[in-house]
Amino acid sequence: MSALLWLLIALPLGAGAVLGVAGRAAGRAAPAVAVAVAAAVLGLAVAVAVGRPAARAPLFAGMPARMAVDGLSAVLVVTVAAVTLCVLVFAAGECGAGENRGRFFGLMLLFAGAMLVTVTARTLPLLLMAWEAMGATSWALIGHWWRGPRRVRAADTAFLTTRAADLGLYLAAGAALAGGVGSLELDALPRAASPWLEVTVAGVVAAALGKSAQLPFSFWLSRAMEGPSPVSALLHSATMVAAGAYLLLRAHPLLAAVGWAGPLVAWLGAGTALALGLVAVAQRDLKQLLAASTAAQVGFMVLAAGSGGTAAGTAQLVAHAATKSGLFLAAGVWLNTLGTRQLPELTGAARARPLVGAAFAVGALTLAGLPPLSLWAAKDTVLAAARTESTGLYVLGLAAAAVAAVYSVKAIRYVTGAPPQPGPPPGRGPGTGARRGGGGRDGAPEGGGLGVLVPLWVLTGAAAVAGVLALPGPAAWLRGLTGDAAGRPPSVPEWAVSTGVVCAAAGWAWWRAPRPGRARPAPARWAADWLGLERAAHLLLVRPVFGLARALAAFDDRVVDGAVRQTGRCGLAVARLARRLDDGGIDAAVRALAAGARRLGHWARRPQTGLLHQYYAQAAVGFAVLVLIALWVR
Amino acid sequence: MLSVLTFLPLLVCVLLLALPGSLPDRWCTWTWVATAAVDLALVAVLWAGFEPGGGMQAEQRMRWIPGAGVGYHVGVDGLSLPLLALTCLLFLAAAGYSLRGTRATRAYVCLFLFLQTVCLGVFVALDLILFFVFFDLSIVGMYFVIAGWGHGERARAAALKFFLYTFTGSLALLLGFIGLYLAAEPHTFDLVDLARARPLAGRGGYAALVLLALGVGLAVKTPTVPFHTWLPPAHTEAPAAGSAVLAGVLLKMGTYGFLRIAMPLLPGSWRRYALAIAVVGAVSVVYGALVALAQTDFKRMIAYTSVNHMGYIVLAVGAAGTLAGTDVQARSLAVTGAVVQMVSHGLITGALFLLTGVLYRRGRTYAMDAWSGLAAHTPRFAAVTAVAAFAAVGIPGFSGFVAEFQILTGSLASQAVATAVALLGLLLTAALFLRALRTMFLGTPRLPGSVPVGGPGDLDAREAVPTVTLLAVALVIGVAPRFLLDVVEPAGRTVAELVAR
Repeated sequence: MSALLWLLIALPLGAGAVLGVAGRAAGRAAPAVAVAVAAAVLGLAVAVAVGRPAARAPLFAGMPARMAVDGLSAVLVVTVAAVTLCVLVFAAGECGAGENRGRFFGLMLLFAGAMLVTVTARTLPLLLMAWEAMGATSWALIGHWWRGPRRVRAADTAFLTTRAADLGLYLAAGAALAGGVGSLELDALPRAASPWLEVTVAGVVAAALGKSAQLPFSFWLSRAMEGPSPVSALLHSATMVAAGAYLLLRAHPLLAAVGWAGPLVAWLGAGTALALGLVAVAQRDLKQLLAASTAAQVGFMVLAAGSGGTAAGTAQLVAHAATKSGLFLAAGVWLNTLGTRQLPELTGAARARPLVGAAFAVGALTLAGLPPLSLWAAKDTVLAAARTESTGLYVLGLAAAAVAAVYSVKAIRYVTGAPPQPGPPPGRGPGTGARRGGGGRDGAPEGGGLGVLVPLWVLTGAAAVAGVLALPGPAAWLRGLTGDAAGRPPSVPEWAVSTGVVCAAAGWAWWRAPRPGRARPAPARWAADWLGLERAAHLLLVRPVFGLARALAAFDDRVVDGAVRQTGRCGLAVARLARRLDDGGIDAAVRALAAGARRLGHWARRPQTGLLHQYYAQAAVGFAVLVLIALWVR
Repeated sequence: MLSVLTFLPLLVCVLLLALPGSLPDRWCTWTWVATAAVDLALVAVLWAGFEPGGGMQAEQRMRWIPGAGVGYHVGVDGLSLPLLALTCLLFLAAAGYSLRGTRATRAYVCLFLFLQTVCLGVFVALDLILFFVFFDLSIVGMYFVIAGWGHGERARAAALKFFLYTFTGSLALLLGFIGLYLAAEPHTFDLVDLARARPLAGRGGYAALVLLALGVGLAVKTPTVPFHTWLPPAHTEAPAAGSAVLAGVLLKMGTYGFLRIAMPLLPGSWRRYALAIAVVGAVSVVYGALVALAQTDFKRMIAYTSVNHMGYIVLAVGAAGTLAGTDVQARSLAVTGAVVQMVSHGLITGALFLLTGVLYRRGRTYAMDAWSGLAAHTPRFAAVTAVAAFAAVGIPGFSGFVAEFQILTGSLASQAVATAVALLGLLLTAALFLRALRTMFLGTPRLPGSVPVGGPGDLDAREAVPTVTLLAVALVIGVAPRFLLDVVEPAGRTVAELVAR
């Protein structure tokens, strides 16, 4: 049975690697292979969800790589595989011959494969490996059209922001080992000794918040919109952002082990749900609106995880994955055929292509949380879990739900509204730089062929009906599946209140006509700019780091290397001094000695004249001197 | 066996020099490739017969200068075997890369063959003087590679700086060795005997001075901050194959010395100064990454990332010397990570330096802002460089992650602050490699004027095979590290226990 589990991860990772290496050479075969692999993966996912296998392999000393499928993993494995299949079928119809299809589909499979490892990993090293590999592939996917400098910068922003948060997992691994959890099993982490337990929890929470684009990391999700629509559809639904929420749901016992973690996570989730909901309301770009709504909806999952509502968070995750991937695919069709994603330019887009428009409308109504669609039910279970935690959280969540209705209805109003000029459907707008890079336009028939409509409607259908997971019977089953003992279904008054609030908000948003020409007040501009989070990160982190780097580089050249050069120069100066000493001192003395000796020799030569009478005279003088000395001495 | 492995390249070098002068250049290079391949095969045989956890193996001991306590003593264990394999693989890659031809080919080939013997000799030596001889000769060999085949006049200056700086460092090392020799009774330079006798146990001040001498000597070679400034000019001016060997093998001699000599021979002093060592490591990590971030020259940037990557190793060996608050699992994890990091850095940075050589051949410049959108002209080159960059960033699936995860996880308990600071290095290297990729390879295509008409050609086989092979080995280690860890872990545990005694 564990062979199935190995196959589940080896198949997408292996096929993805092969396709990615083949690149353009894979050509027409790439989409077909990718879809076939995704279909097989879905089959395997269902099989492991039923069979619940486990597998292990040695990794580091005392730290095996262990995978297992429990209830929570089973739900996620199937969700990931299903959404991946739908998105790849869509992309196969959309990705034209001008693209490097081998690279694109290969990376998509790698991305999905990394998510599958993430949700089945039971030990921290394996989880971290998949977690980081997912981040790296997201970089390559967001920057798929690499000729646009903006897109590449966006990919860099996304990767660096998520990696900054990922450092938390490295920290958590070290802290868990220090706290005595030598195996780094996820289930054993709560047993780490204090104060390492606190560090572990903080690291896990930071990594999860970063991956799921919660405050204050949300801005990378806005930049990630630069990627192709299928990438957004996958990244925003069942992978990447979902991974953060999944980790928090998985780590519930860990959060419970320290008092502050649950409330912190819950409040951050609720805060993100509200703040990013307002950001979504302020957007005029459809993909940006959807991106902000992703962060807000994931906020509900995080809220659930912090409040202990594992089942509620899981239901929200599944419902949102289906909803959001469908919405992004519909937006992708419009972006592809109309060349714009600006809401005013998309006015009436749904009327021109009714099947796509209807799917979008159903998806957006689900996103709004209107009954009886899936997110309506899921959100109520989340709110019920929040209410058991604190009334403040509940009120905040309720407000966020109302805001969700407002931004969703805003999007519907635009795309279903009457086109500005009667007659032809909206023309190709001036565009916003959102046009596709390559000649990929020819792959998608106008209005979407079956390859586009089938995955779109499958996802939309799932989005509509996934709410059954929140009905009393299935909800109890899901709670049993995810081991959520404390969860409870929402009470009737809670249903009534939240439904009333959401319907009222939706009605108000519908009634209040959008007035695109009007100048916006400062708070709205601030929200439209994603609360200025990216600028703040640049101002507070990026720029100081680059300044420090330049200063240190100058320091390295002038001071550190300067000291070395100065040492060398000192050595030369000492050598020169030694030379002078040597030439002018020692050698001069030697030379003086030699000169003296020569002079002595010169004098000694003087008497040797070779004349006999002079020798006699010298001998006589010498003898006289000797006699005198002898006399004087006596 | 070990002696054959070590001296085979030198033998071929001598034969090549003895042959008549009319030998074609291609023959010389192919001879080199064949020799490197045979040596790699010998290592593979050695690896196959190696018994993990069996301590020192394939030992060979002969009298050399018995009067001075010097012997010819070689052997291999879990610390040195991976480095032997790395050395053979890197020299084979450098040989394959050099098939494109260079100036004065025979001399070039002979020099590299000589260097290979010297590098292998450092890793098999079990006698301090033997170690020192090989250690010093590596400096001599590399000096001629940089000065003779580097980029002109500046290369000679850089080579001189490299020689004088590292030679000074090796003198400090020799001083430390003599200190060990004098303390031992009977006097000996034999590593195994010294490790058993522990001559400096309980001699605080003297042992500290010896450790200082050894530490400075090895820190210059590694290099750590602040002894690293010979590295950027040496790398920037060296030929690509020389840079690959310099970064891939020669830098490892420093960190290998910590594990092989300083830690087992001076455990007491090592424990006492572990904090300082870990701090030097953490500072090297962050400082190297920050200075690399500010570079505008691609090759110089990679040179500074070497300071960053080697810093992790120093951090790990420092942490392995801190007993308080840790168990042996954490400390041996850190040591194992350090050894894996040596191998990983050799593979990945070796590949990156070969790739900078590819870049230089295309446009005669390393300046990053001279290039833009290069992926449009050279998609294979861009893809391989991107993979190498992500491997250097430490993305899981490549060996860098296996190394850095073990180092950071194993070090946090004992050196919490230094390790937490070093964590930032992961983010900084990601930032600097992404910036380099974005500037040079992505965006709107724009080439420097120095590119010949017809545009830059993509990677050819002689460039692709060596680089892709190195990265493929890094990938294998990243995905299935057990074959390496089975060899390293027992040795890492032994070192951790030796330091703790």
